[in-house]
Amino acid sequence: MIGFIVRRIVQAIVVMLVVALISFTMFRFVGDPVNQMVGVETTPAERAALRDDLGLNDPVPVQFWRFVSDAAQGDFGVSYQFKRPVAELLAARMPATLELSFVSALFALLIGIPMGVYTGLKRDHWLSKLFLSVSLIGISLPTFLIGILLIFVFAVNLQWLPSFGRGQVVDLGFWTTGLLTVSGLKALILPSITLGLFQMTLIMRLVRAEMLEVLRSDYIRFARARGLRDRTINFGHALKNTLVPVITITGLQLGSVIAFAIITETVFQWPGMGLLFLQAVQNVDIPIMAAYLLMIAFLFVVINLLVDLLYVVVDPRIRLTGPAA
Amino acid sequence: MEAGPVLSVRDLTVEFPTRRGTLTAIDGISFDIAPGEVLGVVGESGAGKSLTGTSIIGLLDPPGRIAGGEIHLEGRRIDNLPADAMRTIRGRRIGTVFQDPLTSLNPLYTIGRQLTETIRTHLGLGRRAARDKAIALLTEVGIPAADKRLNAYPHQFSGGMRQRVVIALALAADPVLVVADEPTTALDVSVQAQIINILKRMCREHGASVMLITHDMGVIAETADRVAVMYAGRIAEIGPVSDVVKRPRHPYTVGLMGAIPRREGGERRLRQIPGAMPRLDAIPPGCAFNPRCPEAFARCRLTRPGPMEVDASHVACWLYDPDATPTPDFPPSEDDEGDTETEWQTYTPPPDPDPQHAFTASGEALVEGPGRAFDLPQSDWRKVTRP
Repeated sequence: MIGFIVRRIVQAIVVMLVVALISFTMFRFVGDPVNQMVGVETTPAERAALRDDLGLNDPVPVQFWRFVSDAAQGDFGVSYQFKRPVAELLAARMPATLELSFVSALFALLIGIPMGVYTGLKRDHWLSKLFLSVSLIGISLPTFLIGILLIFVFAVNLQWLPSFGRGQVVDLGFWTTGLLTVSGLKALILPSITLGLFQMTLIMRLVRAEMLEVLRSDYIRFARARGLRDRTINFGHALKNTLVPVITITGLQLGSVIAFAIITETVFQWPGMGLLFLQAVQNVDIPIMAAYLLMIAFLFVVINLLVDLLYVVVDPRIRLTGPAA
Repeated sequence: MEAGPVLSVRDLTVEFPTRRGTLTAIDGISFDIAPGEVLGVVGESGAGKSLTGTSIIGLLDPPGRIAGGEIHLEGRRIDNLPADAMRTIRGRRIGTVFQDPLTSLNPLYTIGRQLTETIRTHLGLGRRAARDKAIALLTEVGIPAADKRLNAYPHQFSGGMRQRVVIALALAADPVLVVADEPTTALDVSVQAQIINILKRMCREHGASVMLITHDMGVIAETADRVAVMYAGRIAEIGPVSDVVKRPRHPYTVGLMGAIPRREGGERRLRQIPGAMPRLDAIPPGCAFNPRCPEAFARCRLTRPGPMEVDASHVACWLYDPDATPTPDFPPSEDDEGDTETEWQTYTPPPDPDPQHAFTASGEALVEGPGRAFDLPQSDWRKVTRP
């Protein structure tokens, strides 16, 4: 078990180093950082001094090492456009994105799993067929369109919910949250649905397919032959066996929800990292882009690690076979 | 005066409605199982053995449905019970053992959890009492250190061990009947005998009758009290196991017994029954076996024989019709003892354009075609002496 975790962590470190190399090369190949930092009237001597000062004349491996060790300590340099440390900028924006992502993932799970179970159990019920048809829409409509439609219906026509921003937020010092105020919660609804709808339909269809598969299995037949209650069979025996693939997909999707919150954040003017990233792209703000890339990679790696650990919790067969291989 | 049967099946018919018409998978079968009795059910794949078992425990998969007949358990009709009432009979009154122990247990729960959940569902025991009962059951089926093995997962057990657990699960609530559907087919030959012995002993000790579905005649011969031979969804012959094995009456049973290798046999080749069992959509009129039957005569192709009483057995074959005259002077089984061999291969169905439909094609050709084998005097084609 411990060997399993250690092996996974080593793999994670390798992945992070590769991603770090990619973000590092961005600095070298997308324009000259010195040009971004100095004015028009800077003399060549001053430029050379700055270049030396920044360590840009050191050998590449040394520079890379410096980049990695700084990043590991949370120092991603200074943003070209804001002239403030990137870490500070990201930290200020991160709560908004993470809250949005987790709420929409929660929405996707809490609605998607029960709907999947229902459509799996009552295959021929009209409600199942309705769910499936509606889920097709969820899968095929692009996110921005769903966002705009929701704004049109609930913000413009019905005027129930705000169309942009986070509402009122409470500052907890290290974290600003919109979960504690009514306006913050109301502001969360539309963006979370927009962001989570695709994941919800995906989870629903996955759970349904897995349920259909598991319900045909011998141990479910045998559980019925043992006279267990339907509820025990469906939720105790069948649902648990569908969870391993659901956890995998949910984990991967959570990573992409965070990474691709950009579109939703743009549609709803959500003050998260996605919006920051878009501004960085427009202004060729390499430090922010590099840091964002690293951070998303880090989140993916952490989530995958957690998913692997969750497998072990759910499926006892992995517990024993894991360390041996 | 003996007690009534534990299980009584009357004219059970199971149908599968399909787009191309209704298939009758089980066609009006009747049998009883007495208290403490082991009834073996044999037949080829697709003869309806497992489907009979599934119908009894009320777990027919849709669109399959019981289209006629009745099933009585301890005198109470159970084939028309609502789902919830049937659930309390499954596991409580009827235990089940399935073919593949590797997939019968839920891989995500411990053996102990699956046992106690069954026990608590049916017997309403507390946590501690259920655990004690689970340990006792595991010990009974021969699992050592049962209290420690309760925390093991199914994948930590071998196939034979898992089938022991399945047997313990089937008998957890002391049912009156155990339906064992090919309990040893998926197991290693070396543990088959053990498992059969455990099943038999457990059922005897817990006072359960057994319906043992298998295609292994050896298992039947050793285990069963009576045996039912099924063919194409019908019972060809049912009777005491010694009669059916040693003196089979129905030509199909004769063929089946001839196909079993015997240690003392001097035969070079096992005899085989030519052709294949008809598909469900192509069961011939009259006796379902008539196209393959070396004894078949006109009546077999027209009217379906009901069960005729022959000694302690019931045989669905016109050869044994007590009202018919004359009775056949050579019961097929006697051929076994003689020096002459019945050469089954002498029956040659006409060339078959579509092997899938061997039966319909050959069946119809036999009825209509003049000058075929059976139009010759019977003595000419039935018996052929080997050189």
